[in-house]
Amino acid sequence: MDLPVWQTLYEELGDRGFTVLAVAMDSREDAARPHIDAAKPTYPCLIDRDHHVAELYNMVNVPQAVWIDEAGRIVRPTETAGVTEGFRKMDRTTFQMPEEEVARGEGARATYLAAIRDWVARGPASEFAFGDADARAHVELPTDQVARANASFRLGQFLMRSGNEAEGRSFLDEAIRLRPESWNFWRQSADPSLMGLAAGPEFWQRVDALGDERYYAPVDMKGMPE
Amino acid sequence: MTTVITETGPTEIGGAEASGDDLWLPAADLPAATGWSLRDEGFCRGDVCVPLPPRREEELVRGDAVNAAAFWRHLGGPTLHDAAGDVWMLGEPAASRAAALAALQAPDFTLPDLEGKSHALREYRGRKVLLVSWASW
Repeated sequence: MDLPVWQTLYEELGDRGFTVLAVAMDSREDAARPHIDAAKPTYPCLIDRDHHVAELYNMVNVPQAVWIDEAGRIVRPTETAGVTEGFRKMDRTTFQMPEEEVARGEGARATYLAAIRDWVARGPASEFAFGDADARAHVELPTDQVARANASFRLGQFLMRSGNEAEGRSFLDEAIRLRPESWNFWRQSADPSLMGLAAGPEFWQRVDALGDERYYAPVDMKGMPE
Repeated sequence: MTTVITETGPTEIGGAEASGDDLWLPAADLPAATGWSLRDEGFCRGDVCVPLPPRREEELVRGDAVNAAAFWRHLGGPTLHDAAGDVWMLGEPAASRAAALAALQAPDFTLPDLEGKSHALREYRGRKVLLVSWASW
């Protein structure tokens, strides 16, 4: 879980003009509650049932993050936030990860956190804060199909909450069909009674179907392990 | 009652008529439902006006009614509705989302925390913000 990591970072940097805004991509707010209660974050932890932030910033998975400066400018657009794909090499019965994958994962996290510290200390002079041209080059712009997928998702959520489960579900399925790369959408299709779907067969099937494609998009950051 | 959902949330409108992919609203209700209003210049929101497309007036305006769905598609936004035509989704056009991101000005939003307290991104001006997504699994 990421919340404790951000809490440690916030405790370190919170009095230096920095904050974390964590946004839970959970259609059911109850799902986020135990994690928030356990991590006791002192930074704001927001609940985004309709995935509005994901739509605004074109996010497809978690954890993805955006760096926003004091003037509200994006200095690093949406990107994978310090994690690797190591879980794909996990032993699916023991949940053990190969040692080198564990090390790679720790390296990714450390690299990402060090980059944030550098940005907080040096602002625009930090090599990790993109200038406008670089930032723009790293933005992935939404297409018409993505806009349609977002609308389908939102309508589906509304219908399901209004008690029209069947039709709501068909709009959710349509959103997933239009935007298969959105793990955020797909995650909401999980049966709420299935605890820990992340380790369930449906999840692994979908991950395996990626083949050579990435689950987390690679990050353009110096020192970041592949 | 008909529910019209836009970026700012759902609005209940009386006297709407849905037919196929068309949604006719009383022109007076258009601003509440969509943020746009019908003026002499065309459809306007704030300082921005979109003229009625030539030869398509019939399709968009009939007497005191406006085809909000056709207008929305004219803007380039996706329109979706349930089978009964009771709930309509007018989604943000990809081009407006893309323009906002390309401008690098972080799009504002307001969301609740678990206690129901609202937080807006703009309240954090003057601080560096790590805006990070997570999920319960």
